[in-house]
Amino acid sequence: MLGLRLYILQRMSALFMGPFVLVHIAVMIHAIQGGLSTAEILGRTQGSIFWFLFYSTFVIAASVHSAIGLRVIVHEVLGMKGFALSTLTWSICLILLYMGGRAVTAVTMI
Amino acid sequence: MSNDVKYMDVAIWRGDADGGAYENFQVPAQDNQTILDVVSWVQQNASSTLTYRYACRVGMCGSCAMMVNGTPRWTCRTHVKKVLDGNKLTVGPLRNLPVIKDLATDMDPFFDKWVAAEGVHHPSKTRDDPVEQINPESSARVEVSTGIECINCSICYASCDTVAGNPDYLGPAALQRAWTLYNDTRDADKQGILDAVSGDGGCHNCHSQGSCAVHCPNELNPMRAIAGLKRATTLSFLKRGR
Amino acid sequence: MKKTHRGHPLWYAYALHRASGLGLALFLPAHFYILSLALTQPERLEYFLNFAENPLVKVAEFGLVFGLTVHMFGGLRLMAMEWLPWSDNQKTLAAGALAVSFLISGTFYLQAI
Repeated sequence: MLGLRLYILQRMSALFMGPFVLVHIAVMIHAIQGGLSTAEILGRTQGSIFWFLFYSTFVIAASVHSAIGLRVIVHEVLGMKGFALSTLTWSICLILLYMGGRAVTAVTMI
Repeated sequence: MSNDVKYMDVAIWRGDADGGAYENFQVPAQDNQTILDVVSWVQQNASSTLTYRYACRVGMCGSCAMMVNGTPRWTCRTHVKKVLDGNKLTVGPLRNLPVIKDLATDMDPFFDKWVAAEGVHHPSKTRDDPVEQINPESSARVEVSTGIECINCSICYASCDTVAGNPDYLGPAALQRAWTLYNDTRDADKQGILDAVSGDGGCHNCHSQGSCAVHCPNELNPMRAIAGLKRATTLSFLKRGR
Repeated sequence: MKKTHRGHPLWYAYALHRASGLGLALFLPAHFYILSLALTQPERLEYFLNFAENPLVKVAEFGLVFGLTVHMFGGLRLMAMEWLPWSDNQKTLAAGALAVSFLISGTFYLQAI
């Protein structure tokens, strides 16, 4: 259930996230060595403007991309359409933005 | 000669728009036999009320397309030996189209979508103008030629899971035809074509499963054409905002 | 080999892309929630990270990284097919995306255990 605009939004958010995913995985591969702890995570991210900007833009792109992706699946598998489908799409996006925002705040705020 | 005719278990779907079920027949196996031969034998010898379509029976018209053991095929060009599952065959009406009766489906949705995708030529000249010269080797014409041999048999439409899940989706055949017209230098409404394939049922819904290309009996590649439409609409969006 | 309308390589690529996308979308809220514990209940986050030392969790993490990489590289393959001039090597590219994903997620797993 994608017209041109949602398609462009989906593809652009995907392209945008490419480098973010690669950096995130590289950091995870580095961080997972020797086990993970809260202190280790926060030691890297807390108070960091860079990580704040990095992860907040990542969250925005991921929320948009996930919402559109789920929209397509829900339409094709469950047959939802029209107002209900749009409401669900927006809700998913906003919930992910909110939860993601909290997570970013949690690990970057001093 | 002893009568050692072998029989096959053939299940054929019987019913109409309200529903139906598979009916089993014992059909004599022959050395050289197509699925169309099997269906015809059943109608002539076992169940005269069986409804099915065929026309040329030589693989040119596409009328005989049906689901054979779950795969959409031209039944006149499908040898039984190639698809026989042990001793069993299952023949059903094409997927993704409403059933009229038994093996005959209503092709209207398929053709309505053909038109909705602007798969109609938009003339730019009159009969008084000189005939436009088309270079068959130009890259645009090569794109057209790659997809022009579609005979509207609907096999690609039946094989596509996106068609199954999204009733608005125009489908591989209609979009491929739109692409051939988009690349036709004689067509006067390129933007109209792009608009027609950019709606809720447009080319952007294609997930590139490729079942259309795998199953097209003419070896066409609608997935390639749809990728072309995505390219063209994206460029148009970046340049013009639509 | 009997061809069904589904059981061919590019269809599997589609199915994997959809499954990984769905999995990631369902994983994200949980991931965000766990991380937000750093703000309100850091001791719970610490407890979770300790629990995550369990080898089964490491296998699940491998699955997550694999899902992310296969979804991304599969997506890049799609965008290349859609926007670059057509080339007839889709199956090769799909296989390549799968291979790179295994490589990256395998590297993660080996570092994790």
